[in-house]
Amino acid sequence: MSTDTKQDYAVIGHSVPKIDAREKVTGTAKYTADLKFPNMLYGKILTSPHAHARILSIDTSEAEKIPGVKAVVTHKDAPTLKYGISPARWDENIFCIDKVRFVGDKVAAVACVDEETCYKALAAIKVEYEVLPAVLDPLHATDEDQPQIHDEFPRNINAEIHQNFGDVDEAFRRAHYVRTDTFVGNRTYQTPLEPHTATSMWEGDKLTVYSSTQSPHYFQYYIAREFGLPMGNVRVLKTYVGGGFGGKLEPTGLEFAGAVLARITGRPVKMFYDRAEMFAHNRGRHRQYMTLTTGVDENGKILGVHADFIMDGGAYTSLGIATAYYAGAMLTLTYEFDNFRFDMLRVYTNLPACGAQRGHGAPQPRYAFEAHLDNIAKDLGIDPIEIRIRNARRPNTVTPNEFKVNSCELRACLEKAREISGWREKKGKLPKGRGIGVATGSFVSGAGYPIYRTDLPHAAAMIKVGEDGTSATLYTGAVDIGQGSDTVLCQMAAEAMGYTYEQMKIVAADTETTPHDFGAYASRQTLMSGAAVRQAGEEVKRQLLETAAEMLDFPPEQLDVRAGRVFAKDNPETTLTFGEVARRHFVTKGPLVGKGSYTPPKLGGTFKGAPVGTSPAYSFAAQVSEVEIDEETGEIKVLDVWDVHDCGTVINPSLLHAQVHGALFMGMGEAIWEEVKFDGNGRILNANLSEYRLPTALDMPRVHSELVESYDPAGPWGVKEVGEGATLPTMGCFRNAIFDAMGVSVDSLPLSYEKVWRALKEKREREAAG
Amino acid sequence: MQAIADRQGVKRYVIDLTVNGDPHTIVVKANTLLVNVLRDELDLTGTKKGCELGDCGSCTVLLDGKPVDACLVLAVEADGHDIVTIEGVAEHGELDRLQRSFIDNAAVQCGYCTPGMILSAKALLTRNPHPTELEVRQAIAGNLCRCTGYVNIVKAILAAADGSAPQTAAASASAATATTNAAGVTAGLGEEAR
Repeated sequence: MSTDTKQDYAVIGHSVPKIDAREKVTGTAKYTADLKFPNMLYGKILTSPHAHARILSIDTSEAEKIPGVKAVVTHKDAPTLKYGISPARWDENIFCIDKVRFVGDKVAAVACVDEETCYKALAAIKVEYEVLPAVLDPLHATDEDQPQIHDEFPRNINAEIHQNFGDVDEAFRRAHYVRTDTFVGNRTYQTPLEPHTATSMWEGDKLTVYSSTQSPHYFQYYIAREFGLPMGNVRVLKTYVGGGFGGKLEPTGLEFAGAVLARITGRPVKMFYDRAEMFAHNRGRHRQYMTLTTGVDENGKILGVHADFIMDGGAYTSLGIATAYYAGAMLTLTYEFDNFRFDMLRVYTNLPACGAQRGHGAPQPRYAFEAHLDNIAKDLGIDPIEIRIRNARRPNTVTPNEFKVNSCELRACLEKAREISGWREKKGKLPKGRGIGVATGSFVSGAGYPIYRTDLPHAAAMIKVGEDGTSATLYTGAVDIGQGSDTVLCQMAAEAMGYTYEQMKIVAADTETTPHDFGAYASRQTLMSGAAVRQAGEEVKRQLLETAAEMLDFPPEQLDVRAGRVFAKDNPETTLTFGEVARRHFVTKGPLVGKGSYTPPKLGGTFKGAPVGTSPAYSFAAQVSEVEIDEETGEIKVLDVWDVHDCGTVINPSLLHAQVHGALFMGMGEAIWEEVKFDGNGRILNANLSEYRLPTALDMPRVHSELVESYDPAGPWGVKEVGEGATLPTMGCFRNAIFDAMGVSVDSLPLSYEKVWRALKEKREREAAG
Repeated sequence: MQAIADRQGVKRYVIDLTVNGDPHTIVVKANTLLVNVLRDELDLTGTKKGCELGDCGSCTVLLDGKPVDACLVLAVEADGHDIVTIEGVAEHGELDRLQRSFIDNAAVQCGYCTPGMILSAKALLTRNPHPTELEVRQAIAGNLCRCTGYVNIVKAILAAADGSAPQTAAASASAATATTNAAGVTAGLGEEAR
C-alpha cells in the first residue's frame, strides 16, 4: 500500500478548479428551488403554535373553499408509520395524529396554485388544541412530575448509555490528581444558506423527488418505507445543494407531505421552508451538560476519564441516538488512556428535535475536555501544549473503546502548531488582555457501519468512457453539497484511469442513474466513495491497456497510461492516446465501463453502541488561537488561528484548506455568538439571520492552515477526512485562549461577551473580598 | 405607472425594467418583490433567496449600479430602473475578472452566496478599484456565507482588484506542495484592518 505514498501524481494532489465553479459563478447552477415543472403547484406545511398540546379537531373545510387551493391534507391522508434513524426509536409521524410536541410540529399541509394562496389556506385551517404543560428544561425532563411527551418513553428518557472500559475507579485511586469540571454546550443550527426544498411528482406508481439533500439514498429508503413502495419506484435526486452541514441528512416534512400532495393532486408539488421554518425544523446541535472527571499522574499523564452527560434531544429522536453515542465515543481518540466510563442521558423536551451537525456530537465534549485539560495543566503547572504532547495518541494504537487508529500525527500537529504560532515566545509573555490557547480534535473518515441496518456496500461507482474517448463520465451516488466531492472524485477517477481531469464529466446523487452511495455525512466520501471510484478507474485502465496491447502488439503488463497517454514502460516513444484506444475498444468490444464498490472491514468491539465512532481512518488536528479581550466590555477579538491537520494524502490542496477555513468559521460562530434561544413557551426568539448571529466577513480572524505529512493505509492513495474535523478544536481553543488572557473560565457555550464580562466581574469581586 | 384593477378590485401595476440590458414590461401587484419578479417571471434564478428579510444578501442585485437586496425592493420601486443580476455579469460567455478570480482562488463552495457576493464585490470595485482588505470585508459584510469563512472570497476579490486575477493562483500555490503533502495556506485579515 505504501508504495504509492511518494509518487508524483498526474491529477490528484493538484488544486484543479472545481468542476462546477463556472455554473456557480454565472448563476446557471440550478438549486432545487430554481426548478420549475409544467403545471407545478406550491405547497406549505401548517405547524403547531404550541410546544405541547393535544389536537382535538382539525377543520380544513374553509381552506378547501379558497380559489386556487388544490389540496389540504392531514394525518388522515398520509401514511401513519413512525420514522426515525433506528427502529427502537421510530417516534415521528408525517403529520401529528393526537398531539403536537414542539412549536413547529407538522399538523397539515396545502398545495395551491401559488405561494400567496398557500398562506391564505394555512390561515384558514382551524385546529382546536388542548394546550398541555410543556417540558422545556432538559435537566428536569426526567422528574416524576413532568408531563410525558411520548407514551413509549417513560420519564422522557429517549436514550440511556452506560459504557465502561477498564477500571476508572481504580485509575482515580492511583492518580496523583483528580479533577472534576462541568461545562454546558449550546443549541446551534446548521444554517445552510439554501433553504430546504423538495419537489415531488408521480408518474403512475413511481414517485420522483428532487430534494436539497445530503443523502438521496437515505431519503429513498425512508420514503419507500413510508409509502409502502419498492425502492425501485422511488427516485430521489438532487441538483446543486446550498450547504447542509448535517441539516439535510434526513427527510423532512417537505418530502413526505409533498409526496402526499402530489399524489392527491396528480401534479408536481414544490414544498419549501422559509428561514424561520428551517430553524423550527432544526435537527441542529444538541444542548449538552457535560461533567468530566479525569485522573492524572504527577507528569500529567491521563490515567482515566469519566464523562457524565445529559443531552437535550428535543421532541424526537431524529439522528440523535447516534449523536448521543458519538458524544462520548469520540473523547478517546486524541489522548491515550486505558480507563474510560461514559454515562449519557438523552432526554426528550418540547423543543425542536436535534440531530447531526458538523462534527456530529463530538465538538461540545471536545470543548469541554480541552478546557478541563487546561484546568488540570494549570493546577499541575504544566504547559498546555506539553501536557497534550505527553498524552497524544500514537499511530497504530487502539482506543479503550476499541477504535483502531492507523495513521496518527497528532504529536507532529501539536509541535508544528507550537512552532508556527510562536507559542514559546508568547505563552505567559503577552500583554495584558491577550492570550493564547491550544486544543486538539479528531474525526472519523466515514462511519464504519451504515446509517441504517443493511448489507449494501457503503459506496459504489461506475465510469463510462465516451465512445470516441474524448470524455469519461463518473456515475456516483456521492453527494456534493458544496464541499467539492464531485471535483475530488473526478480527480481520483482520472488518476486511476490514467486520464485527465479536464475531460471528466459527472452524474451524481441520483438514485435511478447512479450506483448506491450513502451520501455526504460522517466525512466519508473522499475515503469511501473515493475507494469505489479508484476501483472503477482501475478497471477501465486494465481494459484499456488490454486493447492498447492488441493495437501495439505488446504484452499489457509492459504498458501504462497516464494523463491521457498510453505508453510502453520500457520505451516511452511507443505511445497511443487514451482517446484512440478507447474508441478502438468501443468499436471492437463494446462500451468501456469500469465499476467499483467499497465496504469497510469489520471494525470495532461487540459492546452495546460499539459501532458508533468506528471508522477505517481518523483525522487529527491541533489548533492554536490568539485572542484579545476588552476588560471593560468582555468583547473577544480573535486575532489569529493556526490549524495544523493530519488528514492523510491530499487530493486537492486548495479545496482542502477551504474546508478548514469553513469548519473553523463554524466553530468560531458556535464558540462566540451562535445560540438558538427560546421564550418560556418554547417559541424560538431568534429564528432569523440577524438575531441568530452568524459571523460575517468582518468577524473572521487571520487563518493559517497547515498540514503535516501523513498517509493512511485504509484510504485510497492514503486519504483521510478534513471537512468536519477542523470544527472540533475551535471552541476549546478559544476558551483556553480566554483562560490564558484573563484567568477566567467560561464554562458554557457560546463564550459570549456578556459571559466573559460577568466572569471578569466575579473575579474582581472575589479578589476584592479575598 | 399604469394601474389595472382586477374583478376583486386588487390593483396591478405595469412596470418597465431593464434587466441585464434587456427591456421587460411586467404586470405586478403592489406587494410583489423584485426578487420574485426576477426569479419567477423572468426565470433569472441565479438570484437566490435565503431569508427574504434582507439578512443574508443571497438575493443581491445591482440597481442602477448599487447593490441591493432584491427581497427588500418592491417591484414597483424598480420601475424604470436598470438592474444587473448574476446572469448579466459575464459578457458573451466571457467571465468577468471577479468570476474568474472566484474560481481560481477556490472561493466557491456550495455556491449559494456566490451570485450575491460577486455583485457586492462588483459594485465595490466599480466605485473603488483598489480597495483595502478592510474595505472588501465591509463591502461583503451584508453577504453571509456558511461554507468558506470568507477567507478565499476576500482573497479572490483582492486578486481581482489587482487586475492580476491569476489564471492559476490556486494551482501555483499548490504545485510546490502537492508532492510534499504539506501545503500551507495563510490568509486572513491584514494589518490594515486592525
